[in-house]
Amino acid sequence: MPKVSEIMESMEYGPAPEDASAVRDWLRERGRFGHFIAGRFTRPGETFASRDPSTGEDLAQVTQGTARDVMKAVRAARRAQRGWGAMPGHDRARFLYAIARTIQKRERFLAVLETLDNGKPIRESRDIDVPLVVRHFYHHAGWAELAETEFPGHGPLGVCGQIIPWNFPLLMLAWKVAPALAAGNTVVLKPAEYTPLTALAFAEICAHVGLPAGVVNIVTGDGQTGAALVSAPVDKIAFTGSTEVGRGIARAVAGSGKRLTLELGGKSPFVVMEDADLDAAVEGVVEGVWFNQGEVCCAGSRILVAESVAARFEALLRARMDKLRLGAPLDKSTDVGAIIDPVQKDRILRILDRATAAGAELVGGAPGKGCFIAPGYLRNIAPANPGMIEEIFGPIATLSTFRTPDEAADLANNTRYGLAASVWSESAAVATDMAARIKAGVVWVNCANLFDAAAPFGGMRDSGYGREGGREGMLDYLAAPVAALRDPVPADIAPAEASEESAGIDRTVKLYIGGAQKRPDGGASYAAQDALIPLGNRKDIRNAVEAAGSVLAKWQGLGGHGRAQVLYFLAENLAQRRGEFAGFASPAEVDATIRRCFFYAGFADKYDGATVSAKPGHLCHVQPEPHGVMGLVAPTAAPLAGFMALVLPAIAMGNAVVAIPSQDRPMAALTLAQVLACSDVPGGVVNIVTGPRDALAAALAAHDGVSAIWHAGGNGPGQGEGLAEVQRAAAETLIPVWTPEPRDWTDAQAQGREFLRAASRSKSIWLPYGALPAGAGSAAY
Amino acid sequence: MERRNPGTDFRLDWFEGIQVNTPAAERRAASLTARRSLKKEWQVAWLLNAVRCIDLTTLSGDDTPDRVARLCAKARQPVDAGQLAALGVDHLTVGAVCVYPTMVAAAKRALAGTAVPVASVATGFPAGLMPLDLRLAEIRYALDQGADEIDIVISRALVLRGEWAALYDEICDMREACGHARMKAILATGELKTLGHVAKASHVAMQAGADFIKTSTGKEPVNATLPVSLVMLRAIRDYRDRTGFAVGFKPAGGLKTARDALNWQVLMAEELGRDWLRPELFRIGASSLLGDIERQISHHVTGRYAAAHRLAAG
Repeated sequence: MPKVSEIMESMEYGPAPEDASAVRDWLRERGRFGHFIAGRFTRPGETFASRDPSTGEDLAQVTQGTARDVMKAVRAARRAQRGWGAMPGHDRARFLYAIARTIQKRERFLAVLETLDNGKPIRESRDIDVPLVVRHFYHHAGWAELAETEFPGHGPLGVCGQIIPWNFPLLMLAWKVAPALAAGNTVVLKPAEYTPLTALAFAEICAHVGLPAGVVNIVTGDGQTGAALVSAPVDKIAFTGSTEVGRGIARAVAGSGKRLTLELGGKSPFVVMEDADLDAAVEGVVEGVWFNQGEVCCAGSRILVAESVAARFEALLRARMDKLRLGAPLDKSTDVGAIIDPVQKDRILRILDRATAAGAELVGGAPGKGCFIAPGYLRNIAPANPGMIEEIFGPIATLSTFRTPDEAADLANNTRYGLAASVWSESAAVATDMAARIKAGVVWVNCANLFDAAAPFGGMRDSGYGREGGREGMLDYLAAPVAALRDPVPADIAPAEASEESAGIDRTVKLYIGGAQKRPDGGASYAAQDALIPLGNRKDIRNAVEAAGSVLAKWQGLGGHGRAQVLYFLAENLAQRRGEFAGFASPAEVDATIRRCFFYAGFADKYDGATVSAKPGHLCHVQPEPHGVMGLVAPTAAPLAGFMALVLPAIAMGNAVVAIPSQDRPMAALTLAQVLACSDVPGGVVNIVTGPRDALAAALAAHDGVSAIWHAGGNGPGQGEGLAEVQRAAAETLIPVWTPEPRDWTDAQAQGREFLRAASRSKSIWLPYGALPAGAGSAAY
Repeated sequence: MERRNPGTDFRLDWFEGIQVNTPAAERRAASLTARRSLKKEWQVAWLLNAVRCIDLTTLSGDDTPDRVARLCAKARQPVDAGQLAALGVDHLTVGAVCVYPTMVAAAKRALAGTAVPVASVATGFPAGLMPLDLRLAEIRYALDQGADEIDIVISRALVLRGEWAALYDEICDMREACGHARMKAILATGELKTLGHVAKASHVAMQAGADFIKTSTGKEPVNATLPVSLVMLRAIRDYRDRTGFAVGFKPAGGLKTARDALNWQVLMAEELGRDWLRPELFRIGASSLLGDIERQISHHVTGRYAAAHRLAAG
């Protein structure tokens, strides 16, 4: 050990290890772990080791969950669900509160255990992970208490299967378990095979607070265990992890009727405008991509910096990078810890090799002994470079430049992902514009990687769908029951015979695409409702999606008030022309549709966002944004009211739609096309493609330009094959598919917030504010 | 001795576009001190280093020559000699003693035979609201009394009104009056309020030739804070990057505990580097801080916490 006088010369920091003896005692005492099922730990089965990635040391043996184990856990969860779901919200709140308190009391133990098992620096598990876990359970104790008043008519989904990743093991558990329990669901959770230990410690806490047996079940294991859970009889699967695995899960649940939320990968832009506080932005990189070894799904890994400040920014970035301390995760002065596993380290290094082989220059990023990689970034990198496209999931950013704000937005959006973004500018006008333009579920203005239980988190595109946190997150664990009906399965397509003679002049119906009547690409028709109906195909779908995409900016630019005026005018014209629907739709359907136009005109400027109480000093705005182009598959029944029950909320929110009318009774929708054309609905906002429903729907699901699909054809026995096909196709494109149950489409239960919510996805925009440093006093929103 | 900052011509373009995001500065300041931990011998060494950097200060209306002499005795021997010996450190003084101009002579007498410099506040400390010629005359008076360093205060009004060139001119005059004595420019950040003002005033003071920039007089409602210090350090870094000259930093008035002393040193090391942990470039303006550091050192050496009455008064 150096002498004090020597240290006074070198001014080194010296070692500052966190004490891990309590955790090691616990691990020794516990020995081999079984699963936690029905309130008890099972006897260990075949086990595998969970390791400390910084040393490779085995920490504990945990059980490889079998399909039988999973089934046992699901049965336990099913048994517990009735009682748990029926329990007054206040009682559930007490349990969640007890969990929050107990975690708080064991915060140091859990932080140390997390750092040992995961390799993240103790500073992060202590100051970020565990406090957020506690916050999450407190927040959801509140939702449990308030669920009956805040979500009237809603109930739990049932049993939820939850699969979580290894990068924030306990925090991801909290994000999954807390809302599920608050809403009255029970869960079977599978932690990642690399990091099961804090979940097992959490199981002890559940037992300690007397949580009813079976409400939380934890089954450890690898991907096979996860696959068993996905195929088990659960009501929902919630997954956080890689896009590749998420896609497989979406494929596996297609056609099963299980709900699904996916929080997947990202390659999030980190945009530094020329008027940014560059030092703040550099620190944002530290918090954005050099945090948690870069093993962060929302890491701001694509740095885009304005050319005019790029040189200075890079100089500052490099100087800051050199100050980061790579080392023992339990040392309190460590900034960057160990990569989770040698497999992951190799994966990162391979991407870096390919990136440099493709011409990028790597600064820093040197591999160390064991599972360590120094922080770094890739410069001189082209958009098509693998380092720019692939999620590296390591402490390596990319650095490139832009010239103007529109170019910044284009580059930011030039990715298959859409999870998060970070924007740096001292101009409110510039920053909020960028926040609006960037396609992502979370936008951090002048900050990075801020999280809070009240702020919904989740993505779009290949980053998945669904939200965790806040009201949005709760709604993903709740359902509002409806009086479900059975929608008739469409009749087989009857090929059109040579056209029959008719009395007067022919009435020719065509597809409605881009505001114009179009002949179908295939030049064929089918017979329905005594008419020749255009037989659309996938090229018509392609054209319709293109038409819808090109009108989006105009339609959204009208704003809620402008769209409301269009919807009122549509109602007026429908009333004028109700006679034209005679024979195609009942008067009740026409009346219901006119009223529904008013209903959604009213909502067009009222389905708002909210400023949520995330952290003091932070404006955290959660706003619903339209998906973009939506594919709508109308029910067979109620050819006008059912069709418009889908179209109206979608366009009210600013989407443009490609709608497939009732296959058997398409004339109402085709007649509607003429009303739309004379009602100031811009061409392309509503596109109507008739033909074989299931084939057209599958074509929509296989189009990357479609951002959401609604399928109202029902899910019951004999009905679901077409839907399953759509869901399988959507598993590849990762388009969310919403399946509103068939119901009386003229009724009030066929409209409302549920539809508006499905017609949008939330974006959480964080904006820390403060003109003066703390202590000088600032107001709170 | 390092080359002294000669100042530059007035260069508005070096700082007019500066952007400081306050919440980000606060986040950095908060996480920075949580990112580094000093234990055992390392903690003691860093605390002793803080002692080396203290400008031991008395700036009270009731100061007397004897009171100043007592403070100087503490400055010569800030930590118990026996404890220092136990730590293997043979000689330690504070960085300087800081007093009012009329107390400089007493301090010089009391510190005769040591290398501890005497710093004098001047220029109408603490408000600075006196005619410029009187403020300059006060500098010359303090120098006549033997002051080695001068802590000047800037005109806050010129900052608040954005009269940067006038501020530059004033500080240049002061620097000229200081002659060979090192000049520390007190920005009184608690009265400038915004971090943007702090950053710009820092640049002007350095351009005008300040050897140190200093946060506070100790008399403002808010004195040295980590976010304010962070902004000033970044200005020092930018100035060094442009000119090659290293300007020192002196936080004052906000550092009371051993923990504070460690936090500020971590800030210096992380933002500017270890050169800025030496008294040539880092001073801490404090009076009560030393007592808390002594207590920590005493605990390290003896294993028990010392009551204040067991430590030599300053």
